[in-house]
Amino acid sequence: MLRGVDLAVGAGESVALTGESGSGKSTLLHLIAGLDAADSGEIRLADTIVSKLSDAGRAELRRDRLGLVFQQFNLIPSLSVADNLVFQSRIAGRHDAAWHDELVERLGLKSLLKRYPEQLSGGQQQRVAIGRALAAKPLLLLADEPTGNLDEDTADEVLRLARDLVARTGCGFLMVTHSARLAATLDRQVNLHAGVIA
Amino acid sequence: MSARLSRRAFAGGALALGLGGKAFAQGFAGLGETAEGFAAVTPGRTFDFPADHGPHPPFRIEWWYVTANLSDAGGVMYGAQWTLFRQAMRPGPQGEGWASQQVWMGHAAVTSATAHRVGETLARGGIGQAGVEAAPFRAWIDGWEMRGLDGFNAQRVAPLELNAAAADFSYALRLDAGRPLVLQGDRGYSRKSDRGQASYYYSQPFFTASGRLVIDGKPVEVSGHAWMDREWSSQPLAADQTGWDWFSLHLPGNEKLMLYRLRQKDGRENLFGNWITPDGRSAEIAAGGNSITPLATTEIDGRKLPTSWRVTLPARGLAIETTPLNPKSWMGTSFPYWEGPIRFAGSHAGIGYLEMTGY
Amino acid sequence: MRRVLWILAVLLSHWRRHPMQLATLLIGLISATALWSGVQALNQQARTAYDRAAATFGGSRTAMLVGKDSATFPQKLFVDLRRAGWPVSPMLEGRVQIEGRSFRLLGVEPVTLPAEVGNAPGVGRGSLQSFVTPPGEMLVGPETLRDLDLEEGARPQANGITLPPLRVQRELTPGVLVVDIGIAQQILKLPDQVSRLLIGKSKTPHASLESVAGEKLRMIEPDAETDLERLTDSFHLNLTAFGLLSFFVGLFIVNSAIGLAFEQRLPMLRTLRACGVSARMLNTVLVIELVSLALLAGLIGLVCGYFIAAALLPDVAASLRGLYGAQIPGQLSLKPVWWLAGIAISILGALAAAAASLAKAIRMPVLATAQPQAWQQAQRRWLILQTAAALAVFAVAAGLARFGDSLIAGFAVLAALMLGAALILPMVLQIALGLGQRSARKPLSIWFWADSRQQLSGLSLALMALLLALAVNIGVGTMVQSFSRTFLVWLDGRLAADVYLSAASDAQASEIKAWLRDRPEVAAILPGGRADSQLGGAPIEVLGLPDHATYRDNWPLLESAANAWVRLRPGDTCFVSEQLSRRMKLAVGDHIEVPAPGGNWPLEIVGIYADYGNPKGQVAVNYAALTRRFPQTPLNRMGLRVAPDQIAPLVAALQQKFGLDDRSIADQATMKAESKRIFNRTFSVTAALNTFTLGVAGIALLTSLLTLANSRLPQLAPLWAIGLTRRRLAALELLKTMAIALITALFALPLGLLVAWCLLAIVNVKAFGWRLPFHVFPLQLIELLAVAMLAALCAAALPVARLARMQPASLIRIFANER
Repeated sequence: MLRGVDLAVGAGESVALTGESGSGKSTLLHLIAGLDAADSGEIRLADTIVSKLSDAGRAELRRDRLGLVFQQFNLIPSLSVADNLVFQSRIAGRHDAAWHDELVERLGLKSLLKRYPEQLSGGQQQRVAIGRALAAKPLLLLADEPTGNLDEDTADEVLRLARDLVARTGCGFLMVTHSARLAATLDRQVNLHAGVIA
Repeated sequence: MSARLSRRAFAGGALALGLGGKAFAQGFAGLGETAEGFAAVTPGRTFDFPADHGPHPPFRIEWWYVTANLSDAGGVMYGAQWTLFRQAMRPGPQGEGWASQQVWMGHAAVTSATAHRVGETLARGGIGQAGVEAAPFRAWIDGWEMRGLDGFNAQRVAPLELNAAAADFSYALRLDAGRPLVLQGDRGYSRKSDRGQASYYYSQPFFTASGRLVIDGKPVEVSGHAWMDREWSSQPLAADQTGWDWFSLHLPGNEKLMLYRLRQKDGRENLFGNWITPDGRSAEIAAGGNSITPLATTEIDGRKLPTSWRVTLPARGLAIETTPLNPKSWMGTSFPYWEGPIRFAGSHAGIGYLEMTGY
Repeated sequence: MRRVLWILAVLLSHWRRHPMQLATLLIGLISATALWSGVQALNQQARTAYDRAAATFGGSRTAMLVGKDSATFPQKLFVDLRRAGWPVSPMLEGRVQIEGRSFRLLGVEPVTLPAEVGNAPGVGRGSLQSFVTPPGEMLVGPETLRDLDLEEGARPQANGITLPPLRVQRELTPGVLVVDIGIAQQILKLPDQVSRLLIGKSKTPHASLESVAGEKLRMIEPDAETDLERLTDSFHLNLTAFGLLSFFVGLFIVNSAIGLAFEQRLPMLRTLRACGVSARMLNTVLVIELVSLALLAGLIGLVCGYFIAAALLPDVAASLRGLYGAQIPGQLSLKPVWWLAGIAISILGALAAAAASLAKAIRMPVLATAQPQAWQQAQRRWLILQTAAALAVFAVAAGLARFGDSLIAGFAVLAALMLGAALILPMVLQIALGLGQRSARKPLSIWFWADSRQQLSGLSLALMALLLALAVNIGVGTMVQSFSRTFLVWLDGRLAADVYLSAASDAQASEIKAWLRDRPEVAAILPGGRADSQLGGAPIEVLGLPDHATYRDNWPLLESAANAWVRLRPGDTCFVSEQLSRRMKLAVGDHIEVPAPGGNWPLEIVGIYADYGNPKGQVAVNYAALTRRFPQTPLNRMGLRVAPDQIAPLVAALQQKFGLDDRSIADQATMKAESKRIFNRTFSVTAALNTFTLGVAGIALLTSLLTLANSRLPQLAPLWAIGLTRRRLAALELLKTMAIALITALFALPLGLLVAWCLLAIVNVKAFGWRLPFHVFPLQLIELLAVAMLAALCAAALPVARLARMQPASLIRIFANER
């Protein structure tokens, strides 16, 4: 599906991965996150070769160095907003109270902390998801169509927040999107076509 | 008091039977106080044989006690013990059948330098499982038996056949004696304390023995000397007497010595004994200067037992040291004691038996 | 560790949002653990009592010598054997009546009693002297003292003898009196006689038995199992079977609750994986969560089990006493191992029930979406496999029924039958629903049947639970009813006299007889009596029947030779009970020899009679012959024929004149009522467990439907979208559930009858020694059918009501979200 894709994201750099449906952009993202295994090739994150890690190793990688944001938000329905925000950093053992407070502040979640995901709008849910992904201060934030379920205004707002926070933390940001408009707001755009970088 | 241990061991046996602590106190230490209702032991009794070979049920306690110093053709030494105790649980008219108040206990043992095997059995009186008959003479418990043979002479208690068997040993011996039995103490009245405790006591120390022992399945033909003690009483010990060390010694020239020491709680001790000449005359040893002293101890089951002794009787010119054939001659019966063959040397040399209780 | 706790906290958050689900899971685990451990507690209690009985003075745990052809033998044999080196101890056993009640008297010889034989309880602690020398002591258990309503030290009378003072010995079994053998010989009037010789373990070499005792004695090897254990095996097996059934039904609940929770938590599990929890870590924490829940439920279940056992214990004790004469203390005492075992079974059960879900979690890819179609393919293959397995299990059942010849085989037939039926149930439902679908015309009804079939896989476990619970209920109910009907008819014949009387002593009996002879309303005095003997190594009763029309006309015989009653008169023939005839394979015309005090008593069998509820074999002979052969037979029992209107005044007069209490005199109606009460009590445990099981099956059905209801919404949403009202949808759902439940219940009917037949024709015969006629009770079947439908209705009502009230928005969302 993916052939000879060569892609590098530097620290503090934000990259948009675009392409039509089926171009393999989501697959690429999953490979980077270690959610899928590549047939061949090499994915490096800092000095770690992701593609050579075991399941436990990839889990550790996701836990400690990556932040993931999905189109479906993927919040845990039985946890409150506050708990959803912290559980990844807690599991990673990298909880930072000051950073957490700043995240809550910047994402405007203060009044929503006690609510449950089902009581939130799509934009609110995605803000929580971004907060969760960044709570453990990852090296790289991966987002798979993060605004796909949001209306245009909300999408812009959410993406702005994400960009700001990425800049604040200095991590890399790789976003898969089919929207050229949103892609244009990032530092660099990479177009994937039929499994190769166009 | 030869069969000595007896009361103590027997009281111990009764303890296991459930006579309990109280009965133990009665059976041993407090016997003097509770002899009420039983027949009393008084000086000047006239003995009557064969009748006195049989039981004396009005007395509380009684025993038939045989020890034998044996050796095989190669001179390897052995010992054998056969004992039958009788105790009445209460005084008064004798009950019939199961109502009999008599309880019997048998102990049997064989000893070699390396092995000491013990058997014990118990029986109620009145039903035939155990008992003693004077004529024809027969004493038995379960399969163990001491029986007068053809030509039995009541004055000599001989000839006898003696046998016992337990899980890991058995023996069958024939005992012969060419001399009459011997009255111990003062003409058969054996004083145990200054407060009236005493027993009737006679012995046959002149037995020759021959027969076969089987230890752990291995038979061996043996011969040697044997010694029988007969004793009965109702209150043989005083309350403060804790145990005794008893010797039966075959001296050179067919002289015999019976000697025992009674220990008291306060550490004092009394030495009694009889010197028996080859013609059968028995004289109480004179008081003064006599002593028996432990020389070496052996630890068995956490108890320290003096298994080697120095014995001195200055008036008789006797000064000997004794050593056990097997220092571990421990009778691990319901109430345990030490009993086994010994050797002695010094002014006199020979063999004998040692019994120690209350350790 | 902290990581594990955080993951656990995330997992547990699910239950906070779904408390009902948690409750269901816990209820399942609690009921499984509670019923299982309750039954185990009862069994353990009984076994402890049997052990106590067996350990008392050389029960069956000790090797012994008994008389070859007489109940007792001269004690000289004991002395001879001792003299020959045998480590034996004599014992004399018999029965004595104290104040009209019968006790087992044991005479022991404490001096020779081998230490390994129960250590002579009591004798060891008190004094040998007071035990063996007059007046001696009579050791009794505390229960016996209470029964007798006497104080320690009291000296009751028996056989005209003042007994030794009573002394309590805690370890003694109820109903046993222990005295010195010499005293026992006096009380039982058997001087110089003993019943058996206990053999100690001492290895003293001894002569052969024949060389000492000739042909007079027979050796009985020690038995690891006690007599009571053997006798009561069936009862405990029965209890255990119920316990197991309830346990499995409880696990069905756990399984569906966990299945539901797993489905609902799938997104959560995926998110956790995406956020960096490894598969191994996640599964570990899932297991930790499950074990923690099982631990909690196990503890609660154990407490419930304790109370269930405590509540059932009086009935169990009554049943065991009534059926087997086994004495069980009424106070529940449990060993620590019971608690541990209960917790362990809860955890193992939970893990077993969760195995499928856990396996799915292990294989779960982080990203994949479900493939329902493939799942269905697998389902079909599974269905065929399951059906094949069912047929194989049925074949095994048939083979066991045909060739098996033991109680275990009987229960194995039952188990195989049920397992097979459970396995084949989905196929039966498939076929039934398929037939429905084929006969349907309208699209909606076609959908109705098709969708019902689709629903099957999710429901099948719950339906199996329902099927088993129903079948067992029908089976046990039919057995109990059959037994009840037979028993009542039998009781009518058996209790033919109008008044039953038991005098305090033989002397009083003579006085009473003399007094009765002058009473015109007394048409007949029928003396009765029984003696104990043995046959084929097992104890039997010898019953004396007076030669009187009352017996000839009423006493029910199952089989008999011509002129059986006339032939009974001379005392050389007998009837045997059905149990005895089955156990020893005796038929009319056979000859037996019954050991009696004066030697063996040769008897020809001229009849076989039912003797329900008696664990011992029984031989009935002419009364006069009995008293000749067994001169020690107490003569204090009698039945009276009295004009009906004179019964009450006569009983009152007898009570007044001779100071007889209610235990000593009763009229026929009272006896029958009492017998029926005991009978009913015997089965009350079965009934209680039956109800529990059905209740648990109901809960299983409810939870399964709740599980299903959630996953079914996506299937219903399109129907709603095409215009069906929610109420209509709800009604259809309800109808479907009821249809499936009805098919299951109908299938349970023949299965239940088959179970009943197995119980009556196989299990009862092996367990008790009697075979009962098989009756079908249609009313009972209809009743159970109704109960089953009601249970299904209740179970279906909740999810259906939720559906009916569901907000259209939710349906839209489901519709939209279904990808």
